[in-house]
Parts: sequence; C-alpha cells; structure tokens
Amino acid sequence: MVASNIKAETAQLFDLLSSVVDPEIPVLTLQDLGVLRDISILGGKVNVTITPTYAGCPAMEAMRSDIENTLADAGYREVNVRTSLSPAWTTDWMTESGRKKLHAYGIAPPASTSCGQGVGQIECPQCGSSDVKKISEFGSTACKALYQCQECREPFDYFKCI
Amino acid sequence: MDSQSNTALINYCIALGDDSVTLGHRLSEWCSNGPFLEEDLALTNVALDFIGRARMFYAYAAELEGNDRSEDDIAYLRDCREYRNLLINELPNGDFAFTMARQLMVDVFDMGFFTGLAKSRDTMLAAIAAKSIKESRYHLRRSEDWIKRLGDGTEESHERTQAAFNELWAYFPEMFAMTGEERQLHNSGIAVDRGALEENWTSTMHAILKEATLSVPSHEWSIGGGRDGIHTEHLGFMLAEMQFLQRTYPGQQW
Repeated sequence: MVASNIKAETAQLFDLLSSVVDPEIPVLTLQDLGVLRDISILGGKVNVTITPTYAGCPAMEAMRSDIENTLADAGYREVNVRTSLSPAWTTDWMTESGRKKLHAYGIAPPASTSCGQGVGQIECPQCGSSDVKKISEFGSTACKALYQCQECREPFDYFKCI
Repeated sequence: MDSQSNTALINYCIALGDDSVTLGHRLSEWCSNGPFLEEDLALTNVALDFIGRARMFYAYAAELEGNDRSEDDIAYLRDCREYRNLLINELPNGDFAFTMARQLMVDVFDMGFFTGLAKSRDTMLAAIAAKSIKESRYHLRRSEDWIKRLGDGTEESHERTQAAFNELWAYFPEMFAMTGEERQLHNSGIAVDRGALEENWTSTMHAILKEATLSVPSHEWSIGGGRDGIHTEHLGFMLAEMQFLQRTYPGQQW
C-alpha cells in the first residue's frame, strides 16, 4: 500500500518536473532533453538525478535551481538534486516531441538517431531544404553548430549529435 | 583503498583538472578577441568544455579528500608551485595559428587519453572520460580542419602555423611522461599509460601536418616540469587574473 503510494507520488513528481524547461532553449523540457534521469522519495526527502548535457554547460546550474524551486512550490522542502555522469548523456535520449519542438522553434534537431560518425540529412528549419552548409562546428551554445541554408540563405543553429 | 593510493588518486585528479582549467582559461581569453564572430563563439564554447572538465576532476578530488576543501578552493586558492598542469596548456595564446596548433596537439592527445581512461577501474574517472571524449571528438574535428586550412592557405598563414608548431614541438614529450604516482595507479588499473599513446599521436600528427603542407618540426630539445610544479613564467600572470576575485574577496559568490 505504502509502496504503491510512493510509486504514484514519484510518477506525479515526474509529471511536475516535466514542466521545467531548458533556460537556453525554453521550448524543451528536461524530459524532452533526457536530462531528468531519476526521482526517488525516501523518508519525505526527494532525490532527483540529472545528467549534464555538456560538462561546462552553464544551463545546468539554472536547471538545478529550477527543479528545487518547482518542488518547493509543490510543498517539497527537502530536495537533493544530484548529478550523474554515467551513462554519459546523448542526443539519442531526446524525445520525438522534443525534436519536433526544436524544429518548430527554428533549430534543426540532431540528424542521426545514433551518435556515430555519420551524420544524417540536416534540413533547414525555415524552408526545409537539405542544401545546407556548415559555417562553424560551434554555434550560440556548445550543443549547437552553425549552419546556413543555401536555398533560402538563412543561417540557423543545428543541435549536434553527441 | 589505503591512504597512499588515495593520495595518489587525488593528485592524479588534480593534475588532470589543472590541465583542463589552464587551457580552458587560456581559450576564454579569446572571448571578444576572436578573428570573427563564429570563431569567437567556437573558442569560448571549447573553453567551457575544458572548464567543465576541470570541475568534474576537481569535484571528484574534493570528494576523495573528504575535508572542507571544495572544487573552487582547488582552482582558486593554490599558487603556481601547487599547480600540476602540463606546460603546453599554460602557454599564452599567441596568434590564432598558435592557439589552433596547440589545440590540435592537445585534441589528438585527448582522444587517445580519454579512450584509455574510459576503461579505468575507477568508475568515476571512467565516467568523466566517457563524457569528455564526446566533446573532444568535436574539438578535434575543428582544430584539424583549421590547421589544414591555415597550413595549406596563404603564404602568411602557412608561415605562422609552421612557426607555431616549431615552437610548440618542445612541449609534446611532457604529455607522454609518467609520474611515479601515475605509474602506481596504472599498475592498479586506474591511470592511463601515457607512454603507450605516443606512437599513435605521432603518426596522427604527421599525417595531419603532411596534409596541411607543413613539415614536422625537428625534435631537438624538450621541456617539462609542470607535474612537479615547475612552470613557465606565464602561469603566474594567468593565475593572478584567474584567481583575483577569490584572493581579494575570499568566499565571494555570484
């Protein structure tokens, strides 16, 4: 009985924290990104496990405090957010809805499903053309590269496979 | 783990953190000084990756120490002689060719090193390595691309890039030298055997230099000492700037 209550409460917390978004790309939730790895409740204390996207990503600190604030607003005072490095985060964990939201937001989503060497077809999020050119391996943040569409000439960010 | 091995492991983590933080800080000095906007962004993004890497090593060292010293204390409250980074990481940026030549040497090294460290018996070091190698793959693609463009570019870019490698070549042997503690850690399956990486590094570097129409510098002299805390004169100036805030306003936070 108690065990199933905790299970239900944990599921609720997953739903609750699904509303926390990436501060740099506010259309993506932590769940879309695959950053939210685990939630457990032990003796009234909530333990949340997240995994960093990039080692030096400054958004991680903001995500951590957003998680704490969201849980505090829901009445959870004792919260411990821990970072887990293994297994290392990969864009493979990004949800299908996350990829669609990125595209609609003007960022080309990771092109290949597996983060091997080969890169699939990158499409311009503005006009859909696949005639695109890489401008720089790094874009506005570490997770993105800078591309330009050869068709409509618009520059755009591409979320790299990692 | 006995206390001697624990100390060796802490020192190993700090040295690896020092390698990352010094290079990360150097790269961050390019912020707003890049040759053009995209490159400014790229240099500072790579800087962030290295600083993030340093944080992981320092945080683990602090956890192993189990006393009051934090990852920030390790970065901001040690002086030159306590820094254990390899000299190549602390050298001033020079021109863009010098920065990219150094980056290529380090990126090629890191690919081999982190592949080895990902197999470490120490699960935390293996996790840090697995994370780092994904980033190094992108770093290397960029530095390799730049060296080929600069080497096989204009007369001036070729000359400057060749001059950079000529100067940097004295610093590569230090990357493959093992300290006594490192050897112990290697024997217990924790640390990487640096010496074993040299052959692959050399052949990869030679191939890239050839494609970039650059010549392999003559290997006449080499320099080391970073792992013993004996540094170039440049590190002190760098730390003076990097540590200024914590030295002047101890414990200050954002």
